[in-house]
Amino acid sequence: MSSDAMAIRTAEIEGRPWVETLHDWITTVDHKRLGILYILFSLVFLVIGGLEAAIMRIQLMHPHNDFVPPQVFNRMFTMHGTTMIFFVAMPIVFGFANYLVPLMIGARDMAFPRLNAFSFWLTAFSGILLYFSFLGGSGLYGAGNAPDVGWWAYAPLTSRAFSPGHSSDYWTIAVLVSGFGSIGTATNIIATIFSMRCPGMTLGRMPLMAWLSLVMAGLVLITITPLSAAQIMLLVDRYLGGHFFDTQAGGSAALWMHFFWIFGHPEVYILVIPAFGIASEIIPVFSRKPIFGYPIMVAATVCIGFISMSVWAHHMFTIGMSSTANTFFVLTTMAISVPTGIKIFNWLGTMWGGKIQFKTPMLFCIAFLFQFLIAGLTGIMLGSAPFNWQLNGSYFVVAHFHYVIVGAILFCIFGGFYYWFPKATGRMLDERLGKLHFWLFVIGFHLTFDPMHIPGLLGMPRRIYTYEPGRGWDSWNVIVTIGTFIQGIATLVFVANLILSYFKGPKAGSDPWDAWTLEWSVSSPPPAYNFAVIPSVASRRPLWDRKHPEDPDSRYE
Amino acid sequence: MIFLVVFVLLVYVLVKFRARATDSPHEPAQVYGSTQIELAWTVIPILIVVVLFLATTRVIRAIQDAPRPENVVEVIAIGHQFWWEFRYPALGIVTANELHIPVSDPASPTPTHLKLLSADTDHSFWVPQLAGKTDLIPNRVNTMWMDPHRTGIFLGQCAQYCGTQHAKMLLQVRVDSRGDFEAWANAQKQPAKNDETVSAGRRVFETTACINCHSVAGTAATGRFGPDLTHMMSRRTIAAGAAENTPENLGMWIQDPDMIKPGSLMPAMKLSDSDLEALVRYLETLR
Repeated sequence: MSSDAMAIRTAEIEGRPWVETLHDWITTVDHKRLGILYILFSLVFLVIGGLEAAIMRIQLMHPHNDFVPPQVFNRMFTMHGTTMIFFVAMPIVFGFANYLVPLMIGARDMAFPRLNAFSFWLTAFSGILLYFSFLGGSGLYGAGNAPDVGWWAYAPLTSRAFSPGHSSDYWTIAVLVSGFGSIGTATNIIATIFSMRCPGMTLGRMPLMAWLSLVMAGLVLITITPLSAAQIMLLVDRYLGGHFFDTQAGGSAALWMHFFWIFGHPEVYILVIPAFGIASEIIPVFSRKPIFGYPIMVAATVCIGFISMSVWAHHMFTIGMSSTANTFFVLTTMAISVPTGIKIFNWLGTMWGGKIQFKTPMLFCIAFLFQFLIAGLTGIMLGSAPFNWQLNGSYFVVAHFHYVIVGAILFCIFGGFYYWFPKATGRMLDERLGKLHFWLFVIGFHLTFDPMHIPGLLGMPRRIYTYEPGRGWDSWNVIVTIGTFIQGIATLVFVANLILSYFKGPKAGSDPWDAWTLEWSVSSPPPAYNFAVIPSVASRRPLWDRKHPEDPDSRYE
Repeated sequence: MIFLVVFVLLVYVLVKFRARATDSPHEPAQVYGSTQIELAWTVIPILIVVVLFLATTRVIRAIQDAPRPENVVEVIAIGHQFWWEFRYPALGIVTANELHIPVSDPASPTPTHLKLLSADTDHSFWVPQLAGKTDLIPNRVNTMWMDPHRTGIFLGQCAQYCGTQHAKMLLQVRVDSRGDFEAWANAQKQPAKNDETVSAGRRVFETTACINCHSVAGTAATGRFGPDLTHMMSRRTIAAGAAENTPENLGMWIQDPDMIKPGSLMPAMKLSDSDLEALVRYLETLR
């Protein structure tokens, strides 16, 4: 640990008034602290979103169950989806990008530190605003209603006629404001990467996590705007006499769908591309080889970013578009599988011929590869319109997207935690608890999301608070629910690991994994200014060059 | 297929290239990439995608652009929160929730064409064993067709979240033989029977708010907001499948719909016990 970091840590431990520490964190503009704030914020909402899922799964365990009434169930799925996307997944990828990008490119902070802080606090405020709806929203069923219109808030269900009161407005405004925070962070990432790389670090020498954060940020800038526009149009409809989506007055329900999904599809790539970035950092280090085909990995990701903006109506195959339109969106959806598949092969190519260490970060990335493969294949199935006409709006889709978001994205994020926690805190996470977390989560995840495909295939729609017995769905729903609780226990193990290791974990040193990118060249945790002297690099793996002066990468790139 | 190939590769890599205690301490060969290999695993997936895409396009055309045969049964389906209205314009029939269609003979097909409309929010018509789903979107006309080759009862339900009771907006499609379908259609075309023994109940129906929402052909009741009740006893369920069509359930539905389908738009009628009993006895005659 550097002497500065030691001094701060010692001061924090030795009786510095906690109010001062709290004040420092609230007023911080340091990208590392903001990154940690984003991540902690996400973890809190992960637990809340998980509780909402648990409530739904208990209700669905048996047909005609009465654990919660339909009004409550409908709020649960709306809040679960909105929370997990906007207040868990997005903030957590922003948190990782915030923490890592400046360190990886040899910069001292982001380009706009105060914008960075502002963006975080906008997101934090909007999360709290959304949850205030449980107390303050008013609607058809009395005071205190969270929104119950689904996380896509399809028109005209959100019009005043069908959503009286203010519960829908909490959804609209909270998500709108969080969008502004996202745009701020994305602007910051792009500006930082384009203008603050250290000497020698051409764009072609950046770590893949930085490249993929750049693509993600570009997608954010392009895709949040239609959502914000749609939400403003919805508010105009609800309060200023507009009729954009008001079908009773000639407005269009499909217009909302187009606006929403032009946002909604690239959004899932915004979530998954940073996960790819995490995997692209961890897999090489734990295979002891450089990433296979770095230029193609970058090109493939940029392709994915572009193509992702052309596939949106595969969420709308059932609304009655023409065969020509449906065919176009099948084409683009299937096309996106090519660059995505290339990435999977490149990760395998990285591991081929390596010396694979099965430490916890790598375990999560290996499970990611397996699960993302399956998720991608069910995605291609769903991308075929006739198949989609059967399975859209069913539990097959729910299983598919949870396979991506939990099985791929969350698994990479867990891997990222185990990999970079030592850098951020100076201590290692416990490896045995890590493996327990991993195996429990794998078992719980597969118990829940593998069988979930089957009720979908058998006709079970989504967003239903109960179902009829005798459709062949009953036993599968029981298994799905059991898996939920195992995942909950696994998450508790993880949280316990985080807390215990923060206080008692073994000291990590600056480079516990023998890795090759710049963040491992500074102390753990890094000093506030990151680098005493701005480094100079000559290849994609500057620390490999330092550790292997007889065989540096710079000779081969 | 693709899954097996990649999965086997993954397992092979994990087993063959795992770090072993007996390994030398040196790092493995640092390979940066291989143009030929990367080209191969780009071109092959592109070819697979082209094949899948062409196959899919053929099916899309076959379903959406299918030429319309001569003898179709036309049905207009109107989605409501939380029930289905079915109209047969050529036959002059209006019914709800349980759809009857004739079986179709592949030699001379008689498919059913549906025009899909909505009175309020988005819905989706999904009977998995008969066809893929198509949405009912307000201010938009969608169409779909079903061409069943065997008789039977086929279950489905609304597949687009439409509000509180989306879960209980169930569908029953009865595919009848040609003869059974004609018999059903003829019965449905008749106005309601006028049975004097239940005139007390009929008076309750016609003098309370029932007629604001419901229709009974041949009476003063011409409401369109709720299901047509002219032949409601020909249906096996009430409340779009939420309960069996029995006198007790009917009474409960009228007095306190929240006991069966909380959040549905049927109001609690708050009738006296004698009025309720008379009304149910009247409704029981609407065969």
